[in-house]
Amino acid sequence: MCLAVPGQIKSIEELHGGLLRKAQVSFGGIMKSASLEMLPTADIGDYVLVHVGVAISKVDEEEAKKTFEYLREIGEVGELEDIDEYLPKTE
Amino acid sequence: MKYLKEYRDPVLARKILDEIRRTVTRPWSIMEVCGGQTHSLVKNGIIDVLPSEITMIHGPGCPVCVTPIHLIDAAIDLAMRPNVILCSFGDMLRVPGSNQNLLEAKAQGADVRILYSPLEAVAIAKDNPTKEVVFFAVGFETTAPANALSLVHAKREGITNYSILASHVLVPPAIKAVINDPLSKIDGFLAAGHVCTIMGNGQYYPLASEYKVPIVVTGFEPIDVIQGILMVVKQLELGTHEVENQYSRIVREEGNKEAKAIIEQVFEVSDQVWRGIGEIPSSGYQIQDKFKAYDAVKKFGISVDAPEEKTECISGEIMKGLKKPSQCPHFGKKCTPENPLGAPMVSSEGACAAYYHFSGTSIPN
Ligand code: SF4
Repeated sequence: MCLAVPGQIKSIEELHGGLLRKAQVSFGGIMKSASLEMLPTADIGDYVLVHVGVAISKVDEEEAKKTFEYLREIGEVGELEDIDEYLPKTE
Repeated sequence: MKYLKEYRDPVLARKILDEIRRTVTRPWSIMEVCGGQTHSLVKNGIIDVLPSEITMIHGPGCPVCVTPIHLIDAAIDLAMRPNVILCSFGDMLRVPGSNQNLLEAKAQGADVRILYSPLEAVAIAKDNPTKEVVFFAVGFETTAPANALSLVHAKREGITNYSILASHVLVPPAIKAVINDPLSKIDGFLAAGHVCTIMGNGQYYPLASEYKVPIVVTGFEPIDVIQGILMVVKQLELGTHEVENQYSRIVREEGNKEAKAIIEQVFEVSDQVWRGIGEIPSSGYQIQDKFKAYDAVKKFGISVDAPEEKTECISGEIMKGLKKPSQCPHFGKKCTPENPLGAPMVSSEGACAAYYHFSGTSIPN
């Protein structure tokens, strides 16, 4: 039940004179509605993390990119240094 | 956007695992607090390919598993009343109460509905003005804003036939309780990324420095979990105890301001009973007095005294990391997902269910 899934905002509907913003969010093609009350700045096209019908965070692509750059570099240097010690341990 | 599927890349997963192998020199016990991470660790076979020095201990972070039995019984009792529509998340229906579960109550004619969101329950209340709609609202900090929001919506629309039966648990006091347990030997923690999405990282700094444990805020995809483990191991090997954020694409340092504000508007911190574990001080939320018209406990006069639970289920030992699910004598025999003896066999985030469904699977090459 704690599942929170990232999806992309496709449209936004304003209710109660803008007090309540509701988005249609696409999760790999499956559309579900989500409240945007916790994310006042979220806009169409943004990727948001949705939990039990409420969008709780914007996905930050820059941060994801940084993580991946870091992860891809992992071991590149280490492999050269430790290669003998490290090779037999891999199956 | 890029970087959605990448978090399941098996080649990258192996690379990070190799880095863990290169880094680790001594045995370490690491607890993933959140059941979602337990699920990811077991389902993706990460647990089977970690170096033998690392023992993952599955924490109490499954709200379905720790909802006290007297509240399950209260929910069943409410559901059996002819004028009540009892709604909850799907996982709650199979959790055993003292005599039966909500699914059995439903089979006996109770109006029990599975919802995806508490906000749907408010709509059901609006459509059924002659009925009392009760949402059985369980969850960690992640779910508290949505549950709180449902009360705010109901109040704003003047809906008076809606209430919630709240069972909210909080992560930092649980980490503290686990560390203070004399039997526990945990060296580092993966903190639950989605909880921190709401609350931010601030509550973890005093824990990390007081107890000298590294805490890494971690996501849920295979790459997230493996990287979180690597970050904890690096700190342990260096002897540091910092709070780090592996899940920075989602978790902001300060959390979600709007979500925190709505929690503060509706709830207040209270002592809370955790099923299998007992009462943990200041580890839950109760509904503030100004929303008491929406508090099912007050509305229906439900007793909140938790009776002593008699059970063969050893979920407490499992959630404190003292035993693995497979060490429970009932695992897979008397206790299966079809006939669960305890809550951790019910929820997909429960450690017992994760082991039952996925043990033996591994990361594809
Ligand atoms: S296997 Fe069943 S009885 Fe044993 S601890 Fe898990 S839920 Fe409880």
